[in-house]
Amino acid sequence: MRLTHLSVVLLCVALVSFGLMMVSPIDPIDAYLGPQMAQVSPEQRELIAQRWGFDESPAVQFGHWLRQLVGGDLGWSHVYNQPVSDVIGQRFQRSIALLGGAWLLSALLGFSLGVVAGAKEGSRLDKIITTYAYITASTPAFWLAILAVLLFSVMLGWTPTCCAGPAGALNQDVSFATRLHHLLLPVATLALLGIASITLHTRTRMLALMRSDVAIYAFAQGASRIDVAWRHGLRHASLPAVTLAFASLGELFGGSILVEQVFAYPGLGQATVAAGLRSDVPLLLGIALFTTLFVSVGNMIANTLYGVIDPRIRQGEL
Amino acid sequence: MRLVLTSQSDQPRLRAAFSLGITTLLVMGLVASQWLLGDSAQQMQFDARLAPPSIDHWLGTDALGRELWARTLAGLALSFWVGCLAALLSTLIALSLAALATLSARLDALVSLLIDTLLSVPHLILLMLIAFALGGGTQAVIIAVAVTHWPSLARVLRAELLHLRQAPYVRISRALGKTRWFVLHDHLLPHLLPHCLVGALLLFPHAILHEAALTFLGFGLSPSQPAIGVLLADAMRYLNSGYWWLGVFPGLGLLLMVLSFERLSSHLRRAL
Amino acid sequence: MLTIDQLSLQLPYYAHGHASWWKRKWATCLDELSLQFSAGEVHAVVGASGAGKSLLAYAIMGLLPPAARLSGQLNYHEKPLDEQRQRQLRGRELALIPQSLSALDPLVRTHRQVTWAAQRAGHSSANAWLSALQALHHYQLDARAQQAYAHELSGGMARRVLTAMAHVSQAKLVIADEPTVGLDPHQRQRVLAALRGLADQGKTIILITHDLRHALPIADHVTIMREGKQVETAPAGAFQGTGSSLNSAYSQALWLALPDNNFATTTADALKREATVA
Repeated sequence: MRLTHLSVVLLCVALVSFGLMMVSPIDPIDAYLGPQMAQVSPEQRELIAQRWGFDESPAVQFGHWLRQLVGGDLGWSHVYNQPVSDVIGQRFQRSIALLGGAWLLSALLGFSLGVVAGAKEGSRLDKIITTYAYITASTPAFWLAILAVLLFSVMLGWTPTCCAGPAGALNQDVSFATRLHHLLLPVATLALLGIASITLHTRTRMLALMRSDVAIYAFAQGASRIDVAWRHGLRHASLPAVTLAFASLGELFGGSILVEQVFAYPGLGQATVAAGLRSDVPLLLGIALFTTLFVSVGNMIANTLYGVIDPRIRQGEL
Repeated sequence: MRLVLTSQSDQPRLRAAFSLGITTLLVMGLVASQWLLGDSAQQMQFDARLAPPSIDHWLGTDALGRELWARTLAGLALSFWVGCLAALLSTLIALSLAALATLSARLDALVSLLIDTLLSVPHLILLMLIAFALGGGTQAVIIAVAVTHWPSLARVLRAELLHLRQAPYVRISRALGKTRWFVLHDHLLPHLLPHCLVGALLLFPHAILHEAALTFLGFGLSPSQPAIGVLLADAMRYLNSGYWWLGVFPGLGLLLMVLSFERLSSHLRRAL
Repeated sequence: MLTIDQLSLQLPYYAHGHASWWKRKWATCLDELSLQFSAGEVHAVVGASGAGKSLLAYAIMGLLPPAARLSGQLNYHEKPLDEQRQRQLRGRELALIPQSLSALDPLVRTHRQVTWAAQRAGHSSANAWLSALQALHHYQLDARAQQAYAHELSGGMARRVLTAMAHVSQAKLVIADEPTVGLDPHQRQRVLAALRGLADQGKTIILITHDLRHALPIADHVTIMREGKQVETAPAGAFQGTGSSLNSAYSQALWLALPDNNFATTTADALKREATVA
């Protein structure tokens, strides 16, 4: 059932993004040729158009593209001069370290901060945490990255300003420690941004719980706030937090585009920007579909987890 | 009458009124400054290029000797108008699609499929796709932001509408033979308007942030406009040379504006 | 055991359609209550909904929202029952059987919840597990109910779980807030008998209910409340015949309105009848 829904949504995304590319003012032949378009004669253009079917109606083109897609052929990226699937594969490997690190950090820290703040509503700690969360929630991701570069790389010189490894070094020569060093600041920036939403969400859940009948009754039994937060709060707040963590993969990916751009980190995000700015339509479409799959699977996991963990839903389904 | 079950010092409505006042003052100041200053404050001064913040140059100057404070104010004003238009459009889309969804089960399924589709593409990627398809520029950004931000509000409005249609007073009103317009105007709108208002206000900070991000990446407003995203993208080039003010102040301005609207919307939501 | 002297409670609210939209006002929810509860007794507090019964329970337990304004004096065993002492005594000497079944945590199995209640009352963890088991058996909750989540319990079972949680605390003062709502007559009798049993062990029971009829068979004293005010406190025996030994017209009307007393015969009718007999 969920898989059918997922494929319908994916098909819709393919349709929408392909449609958007069709209405774009970029000439598909120019886009295909990239920088070489000046060297090509009108006759050659005609040939290319015939070869790729650019003259056909949009519906035929879409069918053609979709058939290739199902066959695993995402097309050719002229920016990187590689098949799109290769570009996405390589870039995603680099991005996954950034995304995964930031995701884990923000989920764990965000949840703990939210529980603490919610359990001690109105305390100084709560005020500090919520103020922090409100401010980071309103902070432009790329600006925070710029600040981080200014402070830690330019002024203090603790971390490199750019890239995934030293300039000029070959990929296989870069040691694990150097990689980590280059990853440190981007991961921290991305995590810092992701913490806010999970913290605020968890705090809201905790506040609701601490005012609920369950908590009032626990207080009537002589429980302290810590007792209620630990025994009841963790149970009630952890599910929504896990769900939100999986559901916020899209936001995380958006943040990574901006962070990668500022740190010049050669991941998928940077490739997306390059594809968009240099009209690499096949790559842009490929990335859109790939990230949609990524986000949808995250959402699906979130929904499934809910059913597995919550006893009220678990038994409702049986 | 509604009981307030929060702490002693907490008065949600007082806070909301307070934060409404502050935000209105800020916005009025912003708009007035643009109206009074015009472009004169952004003149190039070739004798004061990349000057650090001082008494003469409050927030420093950029590579062409333009005052950063004037550029930042202009950028904020631009963000404000773009955000306003986008939030307004988005609210209209949300309201009409929510109304459409309540008409029939088939339309409802269609709208919810549309929502699922939009929500499953990462926000920024979708924004880039739309801005790319429309060829960039102010219009493209406004449309892109408007088209991507309506789903959450539409869900709220749809639920509210479905609930309202079942409400006894609406059904009685219908049974009494009141016109559709009367029901809509006298029963439905008074309930929906606060939701729309708060929804639009909630959208607004997101709209501004996404506009800035899109512009920063080079898909949005044109580089000749003093948008915050453009200012920060320019600043990127001077990061390693120690011209820190270029990177700090425009972003700080944006943060303050987003923060004040974010606070206002959440106070209002709690107070209503 | 517990005396309440001139207890008043105000809660903030926002008036609707008022000119100063952001200004909050204060509603008086309890108005100068003075009550005395003694050991070994069931003291029923009766009133319509909105009369402030549950708020009285929360005031005694110290569970009111922080925004509440409270005045007056509470004394427990001749010593003032202030916020700090309430915190010490909650769960150990003072217990509450809440009105709402949503007080049970939906994500925790029954036995574990009762164990927690025992731990909070000061039992060691091993001991708590056992005494929880005993309490559950005492209220005839079988192994399946012990391992059940709240949504799997029937209304009657959930009530018994809540009673078991109060029982396991060994509290000297038990406040039962509408313990019979939603129960069939048989279950209701069981819960009321259990409360009477606790009182006979020397505990103080405050039974909060909207139904005078259910309270009378087990109560020693009855307090009638209306809109935050204490209308009358009388021994349960005063509710008999035409209720002529009751002081206030409201209590008499309430008594005479019960089904067994010819339904809705107003006091005026009753007086007229008395006159004709004479």
